[in-house]
Formats: sequence, C-alpha cells, structure tokens
Amino acid sequence: MVRYILQRLGQTILILLIVSFMTYLLVDFLPGDPIAAMTGGEISGETYDRLYHEMNMDKPVLVRYVLWLKDAVTGNFGTSQSYHMPVTSVIAERLPVTIYLSLMAFFISVPLGIVFGIISAVRRGTAADTVVTTTANVCCCLPQFWLGILFLYLLSMMLGWLPASGFVWPWENFVESVRLTIMPLLCLAVGGIASIARQTRSSMLEVIRQDYIRTAKSKGLKEKKVIYVHALKNALLPVITLMGLRLGGLVGGSVFVENVFVIPGMGSLLVNAINSLDIPLIQGCVLLIAAFSSVINLITDIVYVIVDPRIRVA
Amino acid sequence: MSQTNSKTAEQLIKEHKAKHRRQFLKTLFSRKIAVASFVIVILMILAALLAGVISPYDPNVISITERTQGPSVAHLLGTDEFGRDVLSRIIYGSRISLVVGVLAVMIACVIGTLAGMVAGFFGGIVDDVISRIAEAIRVIPQVVLAIALCAVFGGGIVNMAIILGISNMTVYIRMMRSQVLSIKERDYIMAGKLQGNSSARLMFRHILPNSVSPIIVTMTQQIGGTILSEAGLSFLGLGISVPTASWGSLVAGGRAYLLTNPVYSLAPGICIALLVICLNTLGDGVRDALDPRLRGEI
Repeated sequence: MVRYILQRLGQTILILLIVSFMTYLLVDFLPGDPIAAMTGGEISGETYDRLYHEMNMDKPVLVRYVLWLKDAVTGNFGTSQSYHMPVTSVIAERLPVTIYLSLMAFFISVPLGIVFGIISAVRRGTAADTVVTTTANVCCCLPQFWLGILFLYLLSMMLGWLPASGFVWPWENFVESVRLTIMPLLCLAVGGIASIARQTRSSMLEVIRQDYIRTAKSKGLKEKKVIYVHALKNALLPVITLMGLRLGGLVGGSVFVENVFVIPGMGSLLVNAINSLDIPLIQGCVLLIAAFSSVINLITDIVYVIVDPRIRVA
Repeated sequence: MSQTNSKTAEQLIKEHKAKHRRQFLKTLFSRKIAVASFVIVILMILAALLAGVISPYDPNVISITERTQGPSVAHLLGTDEFGRDVLSRIIYGSRISLVVGVLAVMIACVIGTLAGMVAGFFGGIVDDVISRIAEAIRVIPQVVLAIALCAVFGGGIVNMAIILGISNMTVYIRMMRSQVLSIKERDYIMAGKLQGNSSARLMFRHILPNSVSPIIVTMTQQIGGTILSEAGLSFLGLGISVPTASWGSLVAGGRAYLLTNPVYSLAPGICIALLVICLNTLGDGVRDALDPRLRGEI
C-alpha cells in the first residue's frame, strides 16, 4: 500500500516535470519578443542587450528551463508583465475564488448526480428513467457559456431576481454573496450532475446484473437493502474516477462561467494572460492548474485503492 | 487451382463485409432517435454547403439603418450591432463548426492512432516516452490546454483544428495502445512476424485494419465535444476572429444586446447544443452498432 502510494507519487512528480517542460517550451514558441512585450518596446539597444542577458535569453533552452524550474520550485514564477506583481501573488488573489466556486459546484453535483443515477437505474425503462436520461444527455451537450447567458437573460434581466455579475465573499456580505453565486453554481453544476448521473446509471445497471446481487435477492434480502448496500457500493467505483476527473478539471473548467459572470478567478486570469501574452503568468497558471489536477488524480487513485482492495493485489 | 480458391475467398470476404455493413446500418437506424439525429445532422451539413443559396442575406453586409433589431419578417432572427442578418450569420457559422470539428477529429485521430500504435507495438522505452507525454498532456484540463495553445498558434480555422486536434489526441493514443497490446498477442501477427514482414507492414496492413471499429467509435464520440470546444474558444475571443461568423463568437457578440435582441445570443447557442446532441446520439448509435457484444453476436 505504502509502496503503491510512493510509486504513484513518483509518477506524479515525473508527469509534472514533463508538464513544466512542455509549458516552458510552449511559451518559448510564442510569437513576439518577450522583452518588447515586457517593456513596451521603447528601450535603447543597450538596455535591450542588458535585459536580454539578464533574462538568460542568450542561453540554450534547456539551461533556461532548469534556471526557471529552480525558481518555480521555490514558488517564484517571475513577475507578471501585465499586473506588475509577482505571478504567485496574482494567482494567490484569484485561486481561492475559483476553488471556492468549484468545490461548491462539486459538492452540489455529486450527491444530486448519484441520486438521479440511482433513480433511473432502479426504475429502468419507466418514465422517470426516460426523463432523467434524456435530460442528462441534453445537459451534457449544452455549452456552458450559453447556459450562463441564458440564466443571465432569464433570472437577471427578465425577472430581475439576481445581480448579473461580480463576486463577493460570504463573510463580506452573505446575502449578496449567495445571490451572486447562484447562477455561476447552476452553470457549473449542471454538467456535473448530468455526467455523474449517467455514469452512476450505467455502472449501477452493470452491477445489478451480477450474480451476487441475484444471490442477495434470492436469499430474501429486501430490495432496498440490496440496491443501497450491496449494489451501490460497487457501482460507485467508476463514479469515483469520474468525480476525480471533474474535480481536477474544475479549476480550469470555470473559464466560461468566470467570463460570463465577470468573476475574478483563475479562468479569467488565464484568458487575460493569453490576451496580453503575459508569459510568466501563462506558465504559472498552466503549471498550477496541471499540478492541481494531477494531485487530484493521485488522491483519486489512493482513494480507489482504499475502497477497492482488488487493486492492491495487482 | 489456387486462382479459383483465392477468388472465392475474395468473394466470401466481400459478402461478409456486405453483410456486416447491412447489419451495421440496420442496428444504427433501429432507433428512432438515431434516425432523427442523423436527419438533423444531414440537414445542418446541407445548410452549411448551401449557405450561399439558402441564407436570406449576405452575412457580412453592414446596414447602419437596421442595427440591433429584434426578430421581424424581414430579419427572422433580427440583426446584430452592425445591422447584419443574424439568421444568415448563423447559417454561415455552421460551416466553421463543422469544418473545424471534422478537421480537428481527423488530426487527433491520425497523430493519436500513429503514436498509440507505435507505443503499443514497440513497447519498452518508446512506449514509456509516448505514454508519459500523453499522460502529461492529459493532466492539463482540455480547455486550459486549448487556451494555452491558442496563444501559440493564434486563431483561424486551420489553427483551431490543429489546437483541438492536439488537445484531443491522447484519447486515441490510449485507445490504440491498448488495442495493439491485445492484437499483438494474436496468432496471425505471430505468423506475420515469422514470415519476415517488416514492423511497418505488420502495423499498417494487419493491426490497423483490425482496429478500425474502435477508431471510428472514438471519432464519432469525439466530434461533438470538439465542436463544443471550438465554440467555447471562439466565445472567449480566442478562436475564429470577429468578422467571420462562428456560433461561439455570435453568442459572445450578442451578450451586450440581450435586452434589445436576445435571440442574437441565444439562437446560435441552441444550434451548437442541437448539433452536439445529435452528433453524440449518432456516436452512441455507431458504438452500439459496431460493438458486437451489444449486438449479441459474441
């Protein structure tokens, strides 16, 4: 068990190293001159040469990467060119907002998704199943940004129930915060509920067919007990993977919602960074988001081992 | 003697293929929802092809006197902030979604299938390198990867297809790698090896043709999501640049005019959702039809 975890930890670090190198290379390929972007282009040739040397542009890519990585490991991603602040502090300002929204959306969508999935699996072929399955299939395909605009139009503009945009922490102004987060959370949660419901339904149907369920039923256990104790336990295994995937993707996945509702989070920060070609910021954001999702992957795998003893043997 | 034998074998193969094709189409279209999706997708493709004929106006002609109007008889879905006809722009926008979607899936499929096949076939260090890189790509959420790639490649139809192709290819690498690993152990590959066939011949003549079904299934499952991603990037202003109408940028363009003409922003989104839903339904149909286990053959 400990060996497995250590092994996976090693893999995660290796993957993150590859990601960091790719991020570095990717940004190295960017069109445009980073020095010109940083200074606005109005500098003398001498200053240019000095900066060129200071930024290690005269060294080969690998050397620059190692230098950059040394700083990055200690949490120094350089200075953002558009915010004129250390990348770490720019991100530190935005990250909590995204994590707050993402976790809320996650904790809304998991139980609801599982409940809907169970309902449609247990009542397979009935009207309830058809409604849940169809709704889930449709909701999976709705563009999140469009859903946001639809909510904005209906709930904010037509009915005037909710404020259109912005973000406030609950401890600053609780009522306003709740009013502001309803629509973003709805958008973020809908896709999650739909995909978790679909996964729960299909793995539930798979499990219900197994012999041990028939055995449990034939030895006279109550239907409810069979479903909720014996079947659900195993049916939720694949759902854990999906939950991990969703949680890992949430930090990056709120890009559209943050854009529509003007929320100062990681997603809008990344889009800003791309639009202003802010290289250190792009590197920091991508690496951080990748690190987040691979740590979640790692946790998912560990949880999996704890829940499913069969993996430990293999 | 051998001539006639090989001919009958060829005929047999042909008959077998024809039978399979019939069975595939029969299963695919046995469900009404799949038929409906197929019809809608075909209609959308036709609309994209015949955009010049069926759209009531030129999508890029500016008319100052008709700026941001709601739906009317002259403009069924109203006009945008430059007085351009929204319906015509939506019809033309379908071209972008379909072309980018198909191109991106093809790019992802070619690169991913090749890389996955090489990784699975050669194993060892080759496999390690390819698999680790694929894992590293997969760990970056797809939206984030695509956005980051946008900065490098820039917008435009071809660049968009490349970006989405790269961010989708890991699915094919994984699928193809495991496919090859299972096929590699079969007797006919061993026989091929003993005959002295080259690795390339084994891969392209024997392994690849036997992996066509899962490749097609993956492609049909991916195209909807790819179109959704393109729309998202265009919505963020990173994809197809402004004068060209694409569904994503239309939704973004209409945001500021929700009060005067909500249809401007909402209608293209409905088109995206409809196309993606139909493609996904069709993809599920293709999967069920190609998967012999579900068809009850095995």
